[in-house]
Amino acid sequence: MDIELRGITKRFGPVVANAGVDLHVRAGEVLGLLGENGAGKSTLMNVLCGLYAPDEGEIVIDGRPVTFDGPSDAIAAGIGMVHQHFMLVPVFTVAENVILGIEPTGQLDFLDRAAARRQVREIGDQYGLRVDPDALIEELPVGVQQRVEIIKVLFRSADVLILDEPTAVLTPQEVEEFFGIVRALRDAGKAIIFITHKLDEILEISDRITVLRGGRVAGQGDPETLTTRQLAEMMVGRPVSFDVEKAAYAPGDVLLEVRELTVLRNNDEIAVDDVSLAVRSGEIVGIAGVQGNGQTALIEAITGLRHPAGGSIIYDGRDITHSSVRARHAMGIAHIPEDRQRTGIIGDFTIAENMVLNSYYDDRYASGPSIRWPEVMQHAARYAADFDVRTPSVHAKAFQLSGGNQQKLVVARELTRDTKLLIAAQPTRGLDVGSVEYIHKRIVEARDEGDGVLIMSSELDEIVALSDRIVVMFKGRIVAEFDAFRGPVDRNAVGLAMAGSVSEAAA
Amino acid sequence: MVAAQDISHSQRIGTPADRRARITGVVLIGLALFVAGVFSIGVTGDATFRLSRPNDVWAIPNLVLPAAPFNYIIAAVLAFLGARQFLRGGGRWTTLSLGIGLALAVAAFLVWATAGKAFSLTGMLQATMVRAVPLVLGAITGMMCERVGVVNIAIEGMLLAGAFTGALMGSLLGGVGGLIAAIGIGGLFGFILAALVVTYRMDQIIAGVVINLFVLGLTSYVSSQVFAEHRFLNNAPVFRAYKVPILGDIPVIGPMFFNQNLFVYGALVMVGVATYYLFYTRMGLRARSVGEHPRAADTLGINVYRTRYINVTVAGMIAGFGGAWFTLGSVGRFDENMTGGRGFIALAAMLFGRYHPVGALMAALVFGFADSMQQKLALLQTPIPSEFLSMAPYIATIIVVAGVVGRTRTPAAGGKPYIKE
Amino acid sequence: MTDQTASDPLTQKLLERAAPSRAEFEDLVIVPIFAVIVALAVGALVMLATAVDLPTIGQSYVALVRGSVGSLNALSETLTAAAPLVLAGLGLALGFRAGLFNIGAEGQIVIGGLVAVIVGFSFAGLPWAIHLPLALFAGALAGALYASIAGWLRAATGAHEVITTIMLNLISYRILDYVLRQPFVQREGRADPISRSVLDSAQLPGLLTWIDPNLRVHAGVFLVVLAVIVVYWLLFRTKVGFEFRASGKNPDAARYAGIRASFIIVAAMACAGALAGLAGANQVLGVLDRASPGFSAGIGFDAISVALLGRSHPVGVLFAGLLFGALEAGGRQMQVDAGVSVDLIGIIQALIIVFIAAPLLVRAIFPWGFRKSEAGRNE
Repeated sequence: MDIELRGITKRFGPVVANAGVDLHVRAGEVLGLLGENGAGKSTLMNVLCGLYAPDEGEIVIDGRPVTFDGPSDAIAAGIGMVHQHFMLVPVFTVAENVILGIEPTGQLDFLDRAAARRQVREIGDQYGLRVDPDALIEELPVGVQQRVEIIKVLFRSADVLILDEPTAVLTPQEVEEFFGIVRALRDAGKAIIFITHKLDEILEISDRITVLRGGRVAGQGDPETLTTRQLAEMMVGRPVSFDVEKAAYAPGDVLLEVRELTVLRNNDEIAVDDVSLAVRSGEIVGIAGVQGNGQTALIEAITGLRHPAGGSIIYDGRDITHSSVRARHAMGIAHIPEDRQRTGIIGDFTIAENMVLNSYYDDRYASGPSIRWPEVMQHAARYAADFDVRTPSVHAKAFQLSGGNQQKLVVARELTRDTKLLIAAQPTRGLDVGSVEYIHKRIVEARDEGDGVLIMSSELDEIVALSDRIVVMFKGRIVAEFDAFRGPVDRNAVGLAMAGSVSEAAA
Repeated sequence: MVAAQDISHSQRIGTPADRRARITGVVLIGLALFVAGVFSIGVTGDATFRLSRPNDVWAIPNLVLPAAPFNYIIAAVLAFLGARQFLRGGGRWTTLSLGIGLALAVAAFLVWATAGKAFSLTGMLQATMVRAVPLVLGAITGMMCERVGVVNIAIEGMLLAGAFTGALMGSLLGGVGGLIAAIGIGGLFGFILAALVVTYRMDQIIAGVVINLFVLGLTSYVSSQVFAEHRFLNNAPVFRAYKVPILGDIPVIGPMFFNQNLFVYGALVMVGVATYYLFYTRMGLRARSVGEHPRAADTLGINVYRTRYINVTVAGMIAGFGGAWFTLGSVGRFDENMTGGRGFIALAAMLFGRYHPVGALMAALVFGFADSMQQKLALLQTPIPSEFLSMAPYIATIIVVAGVVGRTRTPAAGGKPYIKE
Repeated sequence: MTDQTASDPLTQKLLERAAPSRAEFEDLVIVPIFAVIVALAVGALVMLATAVDLPTIGQSYVALVRGSVGSLNALSETLTAAAPLVLAGLGLALGFRAGLFNIGAEGQIVIGGLVAVIVGFSFAGLPWAIHLPLALFAGALAGALYASIAGWLRAATGAHEVITTIMLNLISYRILDYVLRQPFVQREGRADPISRSVLDSAQLPGLLTWIDPNLRVHAGVFLVVLAVIVVYWLLFRTKVGFEFRASGKNPDAARYAGIRASFIIVAAMACAGALAGLAGANQVLGVLDRASPGFSAGIGFDAISVALLGRSHPVGVLFAGLLFGALEAGGRQMQVDAGVSVDLIGIIQALIIVFIAAPLLVRAIFPWGFRKSEAGRNE
């Protein structure tokens, strides 16, 4: 099967997400689709799988133009999409998820679960995707959930598979395994569109590469001849430096010490298991690890959002294990939370209100029970200007800002307080390269001025670029530590540790 | 610096499950003390429960229990269950023990109230079933909506609309016509709810509140404006009981389940149909997927909006049927606000029954039992004010939603409008 | 740091406030006006459907206006009806702002009113200056405590306040029935559940009785004005108000910012309950003189509508409460003059809320009233 997008344009109100995009993919090849967050990759693919109707342009399958009135048309045409955020119903079984929408049924609309189980097993055997059809999705690890997503698409006899950022949740080793599956599918004659913003991955897996920037095709090429630097330039539109400039490593006293900390998740599972960790002033400690290995719970415990079940946290010589979130703020702990939309900002509040979200009670802004709004406005305006938050006014609502500006707002709020320790969780997730560079610069500045910094990120590149020391978490434990200040770390060893293999790690 | 930690981690960690087991233990032992201290000490005489009625085909003897000894035994069992929670509590046992304990406490209460007197258990169970009808139908209504991600606070209004229409159209067209009209009007309000929350993305709670206010206003208005003058418009025939041959003669069970009117049978059938629909059919699977993960359903070509419209409308029809019970199923006449908050108890029954039709039936029977017991208590002349007994379902509901009897898992997408780009 | 003034041009520019947009104007002015018009029109249709002839419909709407603003007595009635609606509505608005959907104003009114009555008929011999504030305070405190139950349940166990407050409403009716039959509450010589009368020293004095003893408007209106000002100040000028609003808009972000969620939930419910309790006290001390079953008369539910119509803003609630009070007062006149049942008002009120809470619906009905590009906008 041969599929072509011609001149696709899609607008959301005044925003043009795609402008005249052409794309072509053939059976038995992997097309790599590269672009920054916000470059229009997801929109384009949602057009292709029938979720959005394009404003202009057409989709051509095997030479015939088609129009999709909804996802079912696209599915019928043989197009299947594995979404970045899995489209699986957590409380359903694997089989129920796979058959949803095209269920085998008997009399009286009776759901034929036995047939469903059989069919899931058959597909699993055919492509080497083994999953227990009766397992509940919510009880499966993400890697297996992804396999279910692929089975789902194959069950609908898709000939074109769209894989949207499929490796974001996988360890480097799982990625290798996943690439094996992708190659097997390609060799079975499927056409595959592989979407990512990771340069080395796209060079490894693709047969051809198309780069999107600002909703347009910015370039095409052959992975055999392209380099990561060329791809990055195409993606961003200017030369990009991957290196972050830092002052020489000169750590001070121990600022934060975590001792034998154990933290539980809401369902009583152990999230953090007997972890000890120290951060000195003037150093950046990076926590590497695949999502869901306890990093979030560890940070929640350090910032006071989750009560530890055991162990202690010492900050600046004081035991803060049971201190409130606010007490920790007041002692100079800054926190850039993992999910800025959900926990970092209040979208319906103005920029000024967000700027004082955790300091409104401070003497600078409040007298007695009331808040001195004029003071708040003055400070907010200056901080917004200082931290390059692009907005018409501090009275604008935070949800009107772009993701990068929202994150700059959060960074401004945290770094303009009088802080000694900065905790940053996924500080650049989903941001454009310009914002990433800016935020990295600010974090390194904080370290150079003598703050202790603890960074958590699932992007190994980010951890390696920023950290002086790296710890790797796996299944709630710290399984390896690397001294990055001594010289470049062995990324392969870090990757192995992230997958739980610690034999040769621990530098 | 830190004190030596020679205890292993698992021992230091007190899990919420342990805590719950302990709380349950305290509750059970408290119940035991209460039963022993209030329902046993100083109580004399036997409690006589009549199990069959004079003209029954198969008569079985009365159940006679010596009040004080029987209640001491119950207290002992409660104490045992409570103590067990502290020793080896947790897991399913916690919930089960609490359920058994509450049932025993109710039994002890009945025996205490009946001590030295006699009353008809069969008659009360029959009344229990009757009173459970609007609750179970309302609960199924709520469930059908919540399973597709629409919170329905408007069950009360839908029941009221059904009751009103049943009376009005029943007076004009006869019982069957009234019933069909009631079902239709329930469906109409279901459709309106769906339109408000799906198409116009109104807050689901507000939409429910507004429908309740609107129906209350409309029915009260017509009732005082029209029915007051034209009484013939509010004088509908009533569906009589139909006794199922043979089954209806079984003692205790027979009168409760097989000698009832159309509405009781309808409610029981609906429990079966709803269970089959939700858990064994293709449409049910799709409906539940819409309530759990609408975007996933959408990507698979399931029309989220249409699924919500259809389910909420059908749910409204069930409520309309349940509403007709108030008029066509009992008195044949409509009074202002005659549902009296039963739609909210139905909501409670839905939560109590954990979004499952069979669970909802059980919960409705429990609430129906409390309701009919309240009537009987006056006859038994117990010192307990009937107001307190009539609070029981509400307090039970609060206990349930507070998670004391175990967390209920609600459909994930409940309350949120689905915005399709 | 703090002495540095924001003087550079960029900072100055950021401080500027954008002019209110057309969309805000539409939401705040056009939508409510349309909502009232449509609701009245549908009300007329309902009358037509129930065989009320056209002249009578016209007459009833004239009566509606006359009975609400047409005379001194009408104004007095409007204010009397509006007072508890605004008080309870303010409480609900406060809860909404803090993200709590409190359906329980009705129960809080019942409990607050009941306690205020008991205090009001007890303590004979206390001077007015002590007895009245005491009774008001007792009512507010009782309402606050009763609402706190739901708040505490939410904070401690996560039990949803919609369900618990509905249940607490139903429980409050039973408590009322029970207490009214107790010998120390029930009026001497009566078999039906009705309380003793409030002593003169605990009554909210009538304001215009010097003109005509039938003018019912009482000192509760000062309470209302005071409450509007206090709630406004609390919500928008204080730290606690900031915490309420932050928790309401994004509880997770509020928690991350160090705001104690459980404290906020209980405090917001208590404030809401205090205002509802005050509404109950206002009724028994200013209008009814006593408590009887159903004395709350659904004010707690109408107050939900008032809070929604007022967009949970204290000033909005004031106007919405006045509108609903006018509808109540006018509705009674309508029944007298045109023989149209006062229950029609309930329908009109419900419809107003439908259109307020679903602006997309109003835009769909009156496409020409709004700018085109706004029609399909997502919230």
